[in-house]
Amino acid sequence: MSEAAPLIVLAGNPNAGKSALFNALTGARQKIANYPGVTVERKSGHFQMPDGRPAELVDLPGSYSLEPTSPDEAVTRSVIMGEQQGERKPDAIIIVLDAANLDNHLRFALEVIALGRPVVIALNMMDLAERDGLTLDPEKLEKALGVPVVPTVAVRRRGLDDLSAAIETRLSKKADQQDVVVSKERDHGLRKQAKKIANLTVVSETAGRRWSERADAFFLHPIAGPITLLAIMFVMFQAVFAWSEAPIGWIESASEWAAAAVEASLPEGFLRDFIIEGAIGGVGSVVVFLPQILILFLFILLLEASGYMTRAAFIMDRLMASVGLSGRSFIPLLSSFACAIPGIMATRSIADPKDRLTTILVAPLMTCAARLPVYAIIIGAFIPARDVGPGVGLQGLVLFGLYIFGIVGAMVVALVLRSTVAKGPNSGFLMEMPKYQMPRIRDILLGLWQRGWIFLRRAGTIIFAATVVLWLMLTYPKVPIDSPVSQVDYSAAGRIANVIEPVVAPIGFNRDIALALIPAMAAREVAVAALATTYAIDAPDEEAEAKSLTERLQSRWSLPTALAFLAWFVFAPQCISTIAVTKRETNGWKWPMFMLGYLFALAYVAAGITYWSAVALGL
Amino acid sequence: MNAPVTLAVTLDRLSMRQRAEISAIDWESMSENEGARLRALGLDEGVEIEKLHKGMFGFNDPIALKVGRMMIAVRKSHASAISVVIPA
Repeated sequence: MSEAAPLIVLAGNPNAGKSALFNALTGARQKIANYPGVTVERKSGHFQMPDGRPAELVDLPGSYSLEPTSPDEAVTRSVIMGEQQGERKPDAIIIVLDAANLDNHLRFALEVIALGRPVVIALNMMDLAERDGLTLDPEKLEKALGVPVVPTVAVRRRGLDDLSAAIETRLSKKADQQDVVVSKERDHGLRKQAKKIANLTVVSETAGRRWSERADAFFLHPIAGPITLLAIMFVMFQAVFAWSEAPIGWIESASEWAAAAVEASLPEGFLRDFIIEGAIGGVGSVVVFLPQILILFLFILLLEASGYMTRAAFIMDRLMASVGLSGRSFIPLLSSFACAIPGIMATRSIADPKDRLTTILVAPLMTCAARLPVYAIIIGAFIPARDVGPGVGLQGLVLFGLYIFGIVGAMVVALVLRSTVAKGPNSGFLMEMPKYQMPRIRDILLGLWQRGWIFLRRAGTIIFAATVVLWLMLTYPKVPIDSPVSQVDYSAAGRIANVIEPVVAPIGFNRDIALALIPAMAAREVAVAALATTYAIDAPDEEAEAKSLTERLQSRWSLPTALAFLAWFVFAPQCISTIAVTKRETNGWKWPMFMLGYLFALAYVAAGITYWSAVALGL
Repeated sequence: MNAPVTLAVTLDRLSMRQRAEISAIDWESMSENEGARLRALGLDEGVEIEKLHKGMFGFNDPIALKVGRMMIAVRKSHASAISVVIPA
């Protein structure tokens, strides 16, 4: 876009519907990056103003106040003030207010308006306010605030044209910037003023439907609440297996079809082997897990969009407090079930530095989606698919157990860290719990598309590259004909693995696992691709080559080895991206190195205990 | 007690579904940042609140308050620094 495109920023309290408005204005083409030097997300997009000119729109992190209490709020403040490095001074500011929550949200609006910058108010979620029995008079609000007020319903795209028209008008005016002086007395005054204006704007208020409160009587019930949370998480992990069966079958057939097509059209030789064994075999074995990853993200996105996630934080707070964390850590940790990277980045909302450090250090113990392919293939091969109760499959139960194993591990580690390296006073827990909302299908799909695309891009880049390098290292040097040594043992990768094997042999790992662990440093799911590639190359004949990875694992691994491998991956530190993001978030190498060390030690011990226990039990 | 006009208690000891007004907050008992956050979420002297929910069975911590039209979670440790009066 041209330089002349004006910069408009969206600001407002969390839960004011800012992101919905951002999505409605910009559509699906959004750019997500970080502000330089800090790890606060910068979400930007473009929209067209009534005169046809494009404008750049940036969605600022939700803030309760211009007086920052977290890195997120600090960025919002400095962007609005025009002091943020790497960001132009905004030409206009849209403040998004929840129409049903004016007395709380007006506080931030008044702070921003006091700066004298060009401001337009989007009085959002008007429909929900009406449903709550509120009748509002936007004109009165406009008069009291002295800035344009546009009623909007972002999710129904109502009021968007009026909003962009108001911005256009506002852009033509110049304004002078005022200074802010922060104090307890100022806070007090702001609140009173907000309350006064809110009372002025609300024309009438009837009881309305209080379904959100009624829902909380159940979801936040001291007994029913925790049980429901556990049940939701259980259903989530069962669904990951149960719902993915059919789509996984489609992807498998597609990759078989592709391999057959390549085989038919290319002459025998390096290129054909490379494409079938390296590219299709390696990458295909990872892409097959796309359905499961999407199902997991679907649940997380739904829980977030519905407002339930904060209830989960509320329920979990006391338990988290017992290991020195707070309910605030629950959301980053739950996101880490998808991927530790967004999880670690989400710790920015934790104000206490010791709390935050502990959460970062234990986040990799949450079972991320990249471990799912590893778990899924091993569970599929070694755990019988039978029901242990109505609607409860043994495979799902084992998967659930692995997640619980990771959670318990994280709690123990957090407790230890909080009384050693991250010692400090117990921090508080202060959080808004927004009203429940029906998740918007469009926003959920957009989120799924973004996550799915990131996964596929990883499969196409890091995982592809790692698989190709491994394939080459496994294929060369070629074993001489008549040699009694197998191709894998003779190859470069095999020789490296044979050196590592003695180190991992005491915990029940064989050479193939040693081989898979190295490229899995790039991304955990590469372990599966690596095993697939190894066994494809190692296949003595066509018939063996036709066997699935599952069948090969069953014939080569003992059950204790498989279980030890699962235990290893509960703690497995091998993910370079996680180490990198930890370095960035903690500003140095000290903590990522610490993380790497303690995770390796735990993984080794856990795998060892699992292996020897299983052997002793005669499994 | 002989039915007083108003009854002052700290927030953590307020009974459920009870409406009350914040009469005083012991700002000294918390950090500058915590105080600012409390105010940013609308908890300040003179504000009307209602105690709605409490945490997991056996702990009764944290608690959920209605502040204006917003629901806010606070830990007992903060709630004990907040004094409220129950309107007669």
